[in-house]
Amino acid sequence: MQLQLIAYGIARDIFGHSQLAFSLKKGQSVAELKQALIEQYPEFDRLASLRFAVGEEYRSNDYTLSENDEVVIIPPVSGG
Amino acid sequence: MINVQLLDIPLSVDNCLQQVQDDGAGGTALFVGTVRNQTQGRSVVRLEFEAYAPMAWKEMHKIAETVTTRWKALHVSIHHRTGILKIGEIAVVIAVATPHRQAAFEACAFAIDTLKETVPIWKKEVFEDGEVWVAAHP
Repeated sequence: MQLQLIAYGIARDIFGHSQLAFSLKKGQSVAELKQALIEQYPEFDRLASLRFAVGEEYRSNDYTLSENDEVVIIPPVSGG
Repeated sequence: MINVQLLDIPLSVDNCLQQVQDDGAGGTALFVGTVRNQTQGRSVVRLEFEAYAPMAWKEMHKIAETVTTRWKALHVSIHHRTGILKIGEIAVVIAVATPHRQAAFEACAFAIDTLKETVPIWKKEVFEDGEVWVAAHP
């Protein structure tokens, strides 16, 4: 299945794009996306945290992704 | 009442404070976060704030809702800046009005602490000789 990955902050620097299609097996979870990303971009593994949002909400590791989901990569936040 | 704003223009402390004005308030706590001139001895030239705006707004609103219910706040106002900020400029303003002062202090501290953990906003510190995404690495 195809996802749209959206990246902000240092995640965009690592990913090299602010938005890009990304392929994953059908029915895979946030945890599996994370693993696939780390395999392709090992720098993600060095971040203090790596979270994902779908529909403007944080999603846990066991959240099942769907075709055409817009998934936002959330590196460690530092507002305030 | 809850007032949440994400703005790319200079923040007004007065405006944030006015949002929480209430004759029933015994205390109002105000937090103002500003751009510091150095980090671990390195001189900061400027900061760049970037937000995943719709979710940042939602997460700030959630914080304001929690503050309202947990500390019985009368009003909560959270304003956050985005874009390029110079030294001394205001990055965030939080105002909380409660019937009694102790709750205002606690609620305001909770709001800024939680904002730093959950709101998808990223800060890049630009030095004379490089730049760093704050808190990105352990």
